[in-house]
Amino acid sequence: MRVAATLKVNGTLYPLEIEPHASLLRAVREQIALTGAKEGCDDSECGACMMLLDGEPVNSCSYLALQAQGREVTTVEGLAPPGELSDLQRAFLEHGGVQCGFCTPGMLISATALLRRPGTPSEEEVRTALAGNLCRCTGYEGIVNAVLAVARSRSEPLESARTRGA
Amino acid sequence: MSASLRVASTVEEAVHELAAGARPVAGGTDLVVGARQGKAPLPQRLVAIHRIEKLRRIAAHDQSLRMGALVTHAELAANPTVRSRLTALADACVIVGSHATRAFGTIGGNLMNASPAMETGGPLLCLDATVALRSASGARRVGIAELLAGPGQTTAAPDELLEEVYVALPPTDTGSSYVRLEYRRAMEIAVVGATAVIRFDGDRIAHARVAITALAPTIRRVPDAEAALVGSDAGTEAAQIAARAVAAASEPISDIRASSRYRTAMATVVARRAIAVAAARAKGEDIPVPASTASGGGPR
Repeated sequence: MRVAATLKVNGTLYPLEIEPHASLLRAVREQIALTGAKEGCDDSECGACMMLLDGEPVNSCSYLALQAQGREVTTVEGLAPPGELSDLQRAFLEHGGVQCGFCTPGMLISATALLRRPGTPSEEEVRTALAGNLCRCTGYEGIVNAVLAVARSRSEPLESARTRGA
Repeated sequence: MSASLRVASTVEEAVHELAAGARPVAGGTDLVVGARQGKAPLPQRLVAIHRIEKLRRIAAHDQSLRMGALVTHAELAANPTVRSRLTALADACVIVGSHATRAFGTIGGNLMNASPAMETGGPLLCLDATVALRSASGARRVGIAELLAGPGQTTAAPDELLEEVYVALPPTDTGSSYVRLEYRRAMEIAVVGATAVIRFDGDRIAHARVAITALAPTIRRVPDAEAALVGSDAGTEAAQIAARAVAAASEPISDIRASSRYRTAMATVVARRAIAVAAARAKGEDIPVPASTASGGGPR
């Protein structure tokens, strides 16, 4: 039996009727109609369904929607204001990080979570963080290069401030 | 009966639900994934425990570490006390699933799911951890060996909730490691794994623990391997004898990931690597976490 629940997705509150066994992915795609997150494997192997839940990456195909009540859900649609792109999304375009595009929403979410952590990730750290996101086109080089480019560009102002003796 | 899910905010509320027949869910990384894979349907009556603040705490005291059931693999892998004093547990937590799994998968769930291939079981067993189980009618504390009953089975009653994992910190000159054989870098399950805990007295081993993962119906210790190490210098010969004891104690299954013969053969390899890393750490060498990568295992 469906129960009333409110989900907060990309800053907007959605009053919904949710089946207790429904996944977060199903609720967001089918009831809120945000179809950026994809269903790939439906058992947490591929990462195409990744969203941020309170800032942490979650495989939304295997997370119960009702457990997301009272928390902040971010999907790929929420990474930048409507009509705009985040620096990471732009870097994916510039570095050829998108081929068929199916893994892209999960990759962007996964990399966004990584880039929010303190410090500048090494290539090894980028590859480790994205290892839970499978690209069926095997286009990993462009993806990794895009993430590394953003990591470097975000750390540059800090480094130049440091060399100026700030 | 139609499906129901109640979000509990206290332990009392949760154990009351369990007594009424509900099953607990926290991160869902085993329970929900298992249902998606067709292992077992989701229980009709669920109690979500992720909001219970008390179970989220991790607290290092002078000589112990208390981990609430909801402490995640990511939190454990980043915890300074875990990394410095319970390094095998850090080795294990940092290679669980992907960063999404580690952000939502919990220590309580990993133990109570009771997979013979679970990462945290070997380190917790070798570090003499105990768990606190609570039901509506009482509480008790059991060791890891006593908790694990078989594949997917524990000795906890269906109405008992794992509240906390407790570990007394070993002496600072103790070295520990967990090494697994893996085919891929994420969302991997141990093909086989081994844990070693070693402490020297001078140049001889005074204390040794060895446990096997994905090599028997439960995570279990190998007393013959431990006996082979104690009194030795942890050199090649002693490690070989211990590794052979590990293979002899193994009774692995054949499945899609490996044959029984291959698992037994690889048991000696992961055991040797785990022993070498634990011994080096006991001597103060800085072997980076995770030991699986540092010791040459795993895909690059």
